[in-house]
Amino acid sequence: MSTAAVELTAPIAENSSSKAKTAWNYKNNAYFLLKLLFTVSGFIIAIGVNILFPQKAAVEIKQYTLSAFGLAVDLNMNDAYIFILAALAVIYLVSGLRSWSDKDSRRKFSKNAAFRFAVGAALAVWDIGGTKLQIFPQPFFPGPAQVCEAYLADSEYILQNTLYSLRLYAAGFSCGVLLGVGTGILIGWFPKVYYWVFPVLKITGVVPAVAWMPFALTLLPNSFTAAVFLIVICAWFQIAFLTAQGIQSTPKQSYEAARILGSRPVDLIFHVAIPHAMPDIFTGICSANAMAFTTLVMSEMLGQPGGLGYYINQSKVWSAYYKVLAAIVIMAVLFSLINHIIGRIQKHTLRWQEGVVKK
Amino acid sequence: MSSSINISGVDRIYTDTDGRNVQALKSVDLDIRAGEFISLIGPSGCGKTTLLRLIAGLDKPQNGKLSIDGRAITGVDPERGYVFQQGSLFPWLDIEHNISYGLRARGQLKQKKASVHEYISMVGLEGFEKSYPHQISGGMAQRVAIARALINEPKALLLDEPMGALDSFTRADFQDKLLELWKEQGTTMILVTHDIDEAIYLSDRIVIMTPRPGKISRVIDVPLPRPRHRGGVEFLALRREILELFELAQAQPQPEYVI
Repeated sequence: MSTAAVELTAPIAENSSSKAKTAWNYKNNAYFLLKLLFTVSGFIIAIGVNILFPQKAAVEIKQYTLSAFGLAVDLNMNDAYIFILAALAVIYLVSGLRSWSDKDSRRKFSKNAAFRFAVGAALAVWDIGGTKLQIFPQPFFPGPAQVCEAYLADSEYILQNTLYSLRLYAAGFSCGVLLGVGTGILIGWFPKVYYWVFPVLKITGVVPAVAWMPFALTLLPNSFTAAVFLIVICAWFQIAFLTAQGIQSTPKQSYEAARILGSRPVDLIFHVAIPHAMPDIFTGICSANAMAFTTLVMSEMLGQPGGLGYYINQSKVWSAYYKVLAAIVIMAVLFSLINHIIGRIQKHTLRWQEGVVKK
Repeated sequence: MSSSINISGVDRIYTDTDGRNVQALKSVDLDIRAGEFISLIGPSGCGKTTLLRLIAGLDKPQNGKLSIDGRAITGVDPERGYVFQQGSLFPWLDIEHNISYGLRARGQLKQKKASVHEYISMVGLEGFEKSYPHQISGGMAQRVAIARALINEPKALLLDEPMGALDSFTRADFQDKLLELWKEQGTTMILVTHDIDEAIYLSDRIVIMTPRPGKISRVIDVPLPRPRHRGGVEFLALRREILELFELAQAQPQPEYVI
């Protein structure tokens, strides 16, 4: 009996002690250091390719002068591209070193290493195929450095158009959210409003907002308000629909509990129905947000004097596909950022929900 | 801080989804004394919850009168607290805000802010103030529901099977807690339950109700001294008496046998 017990426990003890010393995972310093280098090496390869790989295809490399804060810097597209790659490498290096002492962020960082390496490697391949050798069909697939050139050549113009898009989005979407939540609450709370308004909302809600464009462009005083109007209706219907559903699905028992505890009827809307509808309101806001991006870009492409959609259209006319790509990259970053902000607000507001808060 | 409640000649008829009339309560008379712990017990469909909802003012009878301390009951009032069977906490509020809800709704939060913590510790939930309802157990949630009702200092507390969803160990704990609170506050307690042991363990009187149509068939005094012993001879005798009553109440001829 006793020998069997010893045999059983001995390997386990040995195993655990060896694990503590030399386990080859993110807890090990050498392993983590390798992961750190692996993460950064992708971007360093991309820089190396840009500098060392001979420029075989005939691509004109122009010098641009950027001036900011009283300083003037001469740059060409390769300088800008290398600068961005180097910045990314430094950012990841710093974030890796910062997570050195924290176990959780170490694990996360190690997990992301392969993907980040792949990003750098893919940029290197894209650089060779797009600019250096022009294997990809031109002018549709310019290399990453040429996309950077768009930012150098059109920096101010791109900024103007980005701000125009942002202004349109902010005006349209915030109005849409306010109107949507407002009507949704009215529809959900008052049966009369539900009877008269809900069917209208249901039918008009399925029509894509851009279908109203001819009316918007002719009936509204200028194209800016026309585009705002389109974004408003695309957000409005979606959000109103879900808000109303959220209000209506409030359990009767919640109202009864609140009444017995002393709530007046008006309080029931604000203290019970709206908090209960919050998850649905956010579902509405998130899906309306995605549709608002579509409506924004489409209305810019079809009849706006500015905006990223307008910039894409204009660049397409000149076959400047590197500028189209540049605008797309900005959209990707900008819209992701907006999604991220909305997600943060949602997470904070719905922290009471199961699954949203980690225990 | 307790009230007497008078119920006389109360009828309540529902129309079900098929359009038929269902007599939920038929000519119910009951006098509940101030500070009494009374249980309503009976099989499902006997109208015990209906009666409790009428006392709360959540519902109105077709015939008859309900009054509290001589005043007619016309609607809900924080003087009559109510604890639902389960899931009545506001999931978007943490425990502290659930408990203080009544104070906020009545605009008394500023004056009585200190009492929030008093009630939290009274039901033994210190340290859970910032937890949300989905993070706590069923027994804890029901303790929150009781604290939330008690913070309004009700004169009567209506309990609709508050222990129905709890396991038997949690349930026994909960019953003792309830008795303790009753002793401290002196509130009139009206408990709806389908558990005979629970009714005997807690109540001064047990109201036995029978279904179709829902009515009171008997009111039994529980003369046992407190604290009661769940396995005591008198306890078990009373339990057998009530069980036999229900067999009679179902009007089923039973063969006589001797244990």
